[in-house]
Amino acid sequence: MDPEGGRASVNWSDVINAQLWITALSSATPLALAALGGTFSERTGVVNIAMEGMMLTGAFIAVLVSATLHSAALGLLAAILSGMAMAVLFAWGTIRFKADQVVVGMAINVLAAGLTGYLLNAIYGFTGTPPDTPRLPNVTIPGLASIPGIGPVLGHQNVLVYVMLLLVPVSHYFLFRTPLGLRMRAVGEHPQAADTAGIDVNRLRFLGVLISGALSGMAGAYISIGILNAFNVNMTNGRGYIALAAMIFGNWKPVGAFLAAALFGLANALAFNLQGVEAWHISKDFVLMIPYALTILALAGIVRRTTPPAADGIPYDPHH
Amino acid sequence: MSSDRAMALVVPVLSVLLSFVVGGIIVVVSGHDPLAAYVALLHGAFGNVFNLANTLTVAVPLMLAGLGVAFTFRAGLFNIGAEGQYWVGSIASAWVGYAVHGLPVYVHLPLALLAGVLAGALWAALIPGVLKAWTGAHEVITTMMMSYIAINLARYLIEGGPMMAPGYTPQSPAVLPTATLPALIPGTQLSWGLVLAVLTAAVVWYVLYRTTFGFEVRAAGLNGRAARYAGMHVARIIVLAMFVSGALAGLAGAVQTLGVNHRLFDAFNAGYGYTAIVVALLGKNNPWGVLAAAVLFGALNAGASAMQMQAGVPAHLVDVVQGMIIFFVAVDGIIRSVLRWTRKEAAQA
Repeated sequence: MDPEGGRASVNWSDVINAQLWITALSSATPLALAALGGTFSERTGVVNIAMEGMMLTGAFIAVLVSATLHSAALGLLAAILSGMAMAVLFAWGTIRFKADQVVVGMAINVLAAGLTGYLLNAIYGFTGTPPDTPRLPNVTIPGLASIPGIGPVLGHQNVLVYVMLLLVPVSHYFLFRTPLGLRMRAVGEHPQAADTAGIDVNRLRFLGVLISGALSGMAGAYISIGILNAFNVNMTNGRGYIALAAMIFGNWKPVGAFLAAALFGLANALAFNLQGVEAWHISKDFVLMIPYALTILALAGIVRRTTPPAADGIPYDPHH
Repeated sequence: MSSDRAMALVVPVLSVLLSFVVGGIIVVVSGHDPLAAYVALLHGAFGNVFNLANTLTVAVPLMLAGLGVAFTFRAGLFNIGAEGQYWVGSIASAWVGYAVHGLPVYVHLPLALLAGVLAGALWAALIPGVLKAWTGAHEVITTMMMSYIAINLARYLIEGGPMMAPGYTPQSPAVLPTATLPALIPGTQLSWGLVLAVLTAAVVWYVLYRTTFGFEVRAAGLNGRAARYAGMHVARIIVLAMFVSGALAGLAGAVQTLGVNHRLFDAFNAGYGYTAIVVALLGKNNPWGVLAAAVLFGALNAGASAMQMQAGVPAHLVDVVQGMIIFFVAVDGIIRSVLRWTRKEAAQA
C-alpha cells in the first residue's frame, strides 16, 4: 500500500480533511476583509500599509466594547468605527499633507501597536481581557449545511465569514459597475484627468482609505471576537501585511484578493495540520513561506502579471 | 531660520518633543503622573553606568540596521525588510560562531561577522535588488515578503531543524569564545559592537559623500531618470545599494548574536529591523543623525521597563511615542504649519 517503499507513509486524511478547509476559510476571512479594503484604497491611488494598525485597533476596541456593553454586535460596530478613525489619521497625513504613504502607514502601525498594548495594560492589567467577553455568533445556513462535502465547511460558520463572502461580489460590482466605483478607479489611474473632468480627487481618495479602515476594523473584530473572545498584545501578528500581499497577488481586484486570501489561508491551515503528522518530511515553516514566495514571483511577473493602478502611491498635487 | 538646513534639524527635534507631550497627555488621561513617568524613564535610560550600557546595547543594532535603511533611502529605495536581513545575518554568524572549530580569535570573529554581513547583503540584493532593477517589482513588498521568509527559515532551523541545540529549547548552540565580541564595559551586555557601529557610520558617511559610488547613489535617489541620462548604470546602483543596505542589517544581526545573545534563539519579535526604519527617518538619512536617533530609541526601550516598575505606567507608552515621532517626521507639514502659525502669532503680539 505504500507507494514510496521503505519510507513511512503519510496518512493523507490527517492532512486533508474537513477541518483543513474550515481552518483555511477561517484564516482567510480577516485577510480577505482587509485585502478588499486595501483594494478600495489602492484603486484610488493610496498605498495602504497601515491596515495592520487599523486591524489591531479594531481587534482591541471590539473586545473593549463587547466586554463593557455585553454586546458583540456593538463591539463589531465600534471596531469598524475605530478602524475608520485610524484611517482618518492616515488619510489626513497622506492626502491633506501629502506625506509619504508608506512611512505614514508604518507610523500608524507602530502607534496602534503601542496604543492597544498600553490600553490593554492600563485597563485590564495582568489579568487580560475578561473571559466572559461576548463573541460574534456562528450561524447555520439551513439548505447549505445539509449538502454533503461542502456543507460541513460552508454551512455553519461565523457570521463575519458570510459577510466577507457577500462583500466580494458587492465590492466587485461597486468598483467595476457603478459610477462612483468608476470615478474612484479614475482617480487612481489618472488623477489629473479626473480632476479636469470635475472629480474631487482628494475626496474620493479619502473615501477609499475610509472604506479600507472600516473593512480592516471588521477584520480585526473577526480575529478578537470572531475566532476568540480575547485580545492579546500584537494579536494581528502581521496579517495586515499579508492582506496587502494578497491584494497585490489578487491584482488589485476584489475576486482576485479573495482568491489570494483563500490561498494564504490554505497554506496556514496546511501548516497547522502538518504539525500533527510525524511521518511528514516537510517542515510547516516551509509551507508557511509559500504565499510570500508566490507574492514575490507575482510582483516580478513570473507566475502572472500584476498591474497596479498607475497613480498608486503618488500624492496628488494639482500644480504638477 | 527658515533655511532648509535649519528645518532639517528643527523638524525632528520638534517631532520628538511633540510626541512626548502627546504621550504625557495619554499618561494623564490614564490616571498617572507624567512627570514621574518621564523621570523614571530618564533614570532607567541614563541613571547609572549599567543603565547607560543597556541603552547603548539596544542602540547598537538600531544604529547598524538604521544606517542600512538610510543608505537605501538615499538611493530612492525603501528597504522595509531590514528585519529579515537582520535575521539571516544572525543565522549565518551564529552558525560560523559555533560550528567552525579550531580558529584563533582574530580569524574566527571576523569570519563570523563577515558571514552575517554577506548573508544580509545577498538576502537584500539577490532577490529584491535584482527584481527591482530588472522587472520593477516594488522593493517595499519584496523585502517585506523576504522578511517573513527569513523569520520562518530561522524558526525552522532552531525548532527541530539542523541548527537546534540538544535538548528541548528552540535555540542554537552557543557561539565559541573565539567568535564572541568581547564586552566593552565588563559586567554589562555592551560589547565592542558599539565601536564597530560608530566606525561603520564613519565609513558610510565617507562612501556617501566622498566616493563616486556614493555620488551615484545620491544622484539616483534624487532623480533616477536624470542619473540615467547622465550615463549612470541605474540598475547596477540599485542592486549595489540593496547589497550595502542588507550588509549593514546583516552586520546588526551578527553583532547582536556574537556580542549580546551569543546564540540564535526564538525572539522573532525583536523588531530591530522595523525600528531601524524609524531611526533612519528621524536621523534624516544622515549617518550621524542615525547614530543620535538610535541612542534615543535605545534610551526609550531601555527606560521603558524602569518606567513601568517605578511609575506604574505601561511600557507600551514608549511605542506610542515612537509611532507619534514617525508620524510627525513623515508629516512634517504639520510641524511646518505649527511653526508658521506661531511666527504669525508672535509677529502680531
